[in-house]
Amino acid sequence: MKILVCISNVPDTTTKITFTPDGKSFNTAGVQFVINPYDEYALTRAIELKEALGGTVTVLNVGEADTEPNIRKALAIGADDAIRVNLKPTDAFLVAQQIAHYAKEGGYDLILMGRESIDYNGFQVHGMVGELLGIPTIAPAIKLDINGNTAVVEREIEGGKEVIEASLPLVVTAQQPMSEPRIPNMRGIMTARTKPLKVVEPVGQEAKTSVQNYELPPAKSGVKMIPAENAGDLIKLLRNEAKVL
Amino acid sequence: MSVLVVIECANGEVKKSSLEAASYGSQVAAALGTTATAVAIGDVQSDALSGLGAQGITRVLLDNDTRLHNFVPGAYVKVISKAAEQENSSVIVLSNSNIGAAIGSRLAVKLGASLATNVVSLPQINGSTFTVRRGVFSGKAFSDVELSSDKKIIAVKKNAVEIETNAGATATVENFSADLADADFATAPKETIKQSGDILLTEADLVVSGGRGLKGPENWHLIEDLAKALGAATACSKPVADVGWRPHHEHVGQTGITVSPNLYIAVGISGAIQHLAGVNSSKVIVVINKDPEAPFFKAADYGIVGDATEVVPKLIEAAKALDK
Ligand SMILES: Cc1cc2nc3c(=O)[nH]c(=O)nc-3n(C[C@H](O)[C@H](O)[C@H](O)COP(=O)(O)OP(=O)(O)OC[C@H]3O[C@@H](n4cnc5c(N)ncnc54)[C@H](O)[C@@H]3O)c2cc1C
Ligand SMILES: Nc1ncnc2c1ncn2[C@@H]1O[C@H](COP(=O)(O)O)[C@@H](O)[C@H]1O
Repeated sequence: MKILVCISNVPDTTTKITFTPDGKSFNTAGVQFVINPYDEYALTRAIELKEALGGTVTVLNVGEADTEPNIRKALAIGADDAIRVNLKPTDAFLVAQQIAHYAKEGGYDLILMGRESIDYNGFQVHGMVGELLGIPTIAPAIKLDINGNTAVVEREIEGGKEVIEASLPLVVTAQQPMSEPRIPNMRGIMTARTKPLKVVEPVGQEAKTSVQNYELPPAKSGVKMIPAENAGDLIKLLRNEAKVL
Repeated sequence: MSVLVVIECANGEVKKSSLEAASYGSQVAAALGTTATAVAIGDVQSDALSGLGAQGITRVLLDNDTRLHNFVPGAYVKVISKAAEQENSSVIVLSNSNIGAAIGSRLAVKLGASLATNVVSLPQINGSTFTVRRGVFSGKAFSDVELSSDKKIIAVKKNAVEIETNAGATATVENFSADLADADFATAPKETIKQSGDILLTEADLVVSGGRGLKGPENWHLIEDLAKALGAATACSKPVADVGWRPHHEHVGQTGITVSPNLYIAVGISGAIQHLAGVNSSKVIVVINKDPEAPFFKAADYGIVGDATEVVPKLIEAAKALDK
C-alpha cells in the first residue's frame, strides 16, 4: 500500500503570536516551527499501517527550504521518502493544486492529512485535494483501519461519531485519538539523513485569496474576582452585568 | 443573482449556527441589492424552514431525499452546486462547522470560487472583490483576506453574527431535487453513535468545562449538575480526555474542538496556551481554580479562587434559584 502524508510546518503551539509593525506578515523571529500537530497523528497512523500491512509512506510538504528540518523529522519518525514542493504556501487552493498534482503522479492508495493547520486554520486543503482528484475526503477522522481495498473510518460528528466504510483511494484527515505520536529515536535520526528528499517545482500558481493584514484581538479588560464564600453572586453577575444567562 | 445560504438541520430543526449564516447571508444580499435564498438539507420539515424569513431569507429550497439526513459530502456538494446554478448565485454562505467547511472546500474547487473559512465579519465589498476578517492562529489573531474570484464562498464562525429576528416575516419553501444516484452516497455512514446529551458542544451558548483539578471522574457530577442547572453543554481539557475520564469529543483546545460560546466556565483548568486556543473567542470566560496564580485568570472576565468541590455546589444552588 502506498500512503502519502501531507504535513505543514507551523509555529509551536506555545508561540506568542506577533506580527511585523505594518501588520502584513507573521513575525517569525525566535519562533520554533513544528510539524502541524494534527499531521503528526496522520503520520504515525500511516507508519502503523505500513508496519502492519507493508507498503511505503511518503511525506509531502509545500514550503520553502526552511521546512526541511521538519521533513527530516518525519523521515526520522519512520516515513520512507519525502517530497518538498518549493513554494511558499500562501493560499489553500494553491497548496491543494500542488498536493493533487504530485499525489496523482505517485498513484497513492491513501492520502492522509491533518484536520487543519494550526496557523491558518483553514480546514480546506483536504476537501480541495479530494475534489481535484475526484475522490472522497473523510474529515475529521478519529480512527482508521484498512481492510483489503476498504477503509473503515470513524468520523467525529457533533455529539458522537459515525462509522464509514469506503473504497480506496481516499483522502482521510486525522485528529486525536487516531494514533499516539512518536518521538524519533537515534536510529531513526541517523537513517533519516540518507532517505530521499526530492525537491520539486510548483505547478500552476493560481491563488484564490490573499491576506491583506493581521491583527491581534483586543486585550481583556481585566478579571473581576469574586470571593469564594459568595460564589453564588457570580451567577447574579452573569445574569445582570454580563447578560449571558 | 441571489446569495445562497446553506442551512444545516438536525432533529427536525434548523441549527443555531445556520440561523447565524442566514442572517449573515441576507445582510450580504442587502449590500449587493439582491435577495437571499436558502438551500436546506438534513432532517427537517418545511414548517421549520418558513421561519427563516425572520433571518431575512425569502425562499428556501428543500431537498427531501431522506438519504441526506446523514452528512455525505459528495451528495451535499451536488445538491448545493445545483441550487447555486439554478439561482445563479455568486456568493454562498455556510456555517463554519465540520460539515460547512468540508462542503465549502469541495464547492470552491467545483465552482472555481474563493473560499474563506472561520469568518467573523461581514465583507467589505469593493467592486467584485470582498475582504473578510477571519480567525487564525487558533484564535490568537485575525487576518483580513481578500477574495478575488467572481464567486465567493464564506463559512461563518459560530457566534460571530447576531441572529436577526424580523417578526412575522416568512420564507416560501420550495421542493428541490438534485436527482442523486446511489453512487453519490458511497461514503454514507454505516452506523452513527451518539455519545452525549441533548446540548451539542459546538452549538452551545453556554459551556461548563472541567480539568485535571477535578481529580477524577467521580467528581464530574459537579460539572454535569452545573451544566444542567444552566442549560449548558459540558467540555473538558485534553489530559482529562487522554486518561479517559471524559470522551474525546468533549476535549477543547488546540488539538480538540474550538468553541466560542457566550459563556465558558472553566473549573480546575490551569489555562495552558493550547487550551486557551480552543476557547479564547468565548464572549465571557469564568475561571474557578484553587491556585490564584493559575494562568487562566489572565484570560478571564470573572474569577473565583477556591476549591471546586466547595465553590461549584454554591454555583449550582444559585443557578437553580434563577427564574428562567
Ligand atoms: C501540542 C499540544 C497540544 C495540546 N492541545 C491541548 C488541547 O487541545 N486542549 C487542552 O486542554 N490541552 C492541550 N494540551 C495540553 C496543555 O498544555 C495542558 O497540559 C493542559 O491543558 C492542562 O490541563 P488541565 O488544565 O486540566 O490540567 P493541569 O494543568 O494539571 O491543571 C489543573 C488545574 O486545576 C487546579 N486545581 C487543582 N485542584 C483543584 C481544586 N480542588 N479546585 C479547583 N482547582 C483545582 C490547579 O491549580 C491547576 O491550575 C496540548 C499540549 C501540547 C504540547
Ligand atoms: N503547505 C502544506 N504542505 C503540505 N500539506 C499541507 C500544507 N498546508 C496544509 N496541508 C495539509 O492540509 C491539512 C489541512 O490544512 P488547512 O486547510 O490549512 O487547515 C493539514 O493538516 C495538512 O495535512
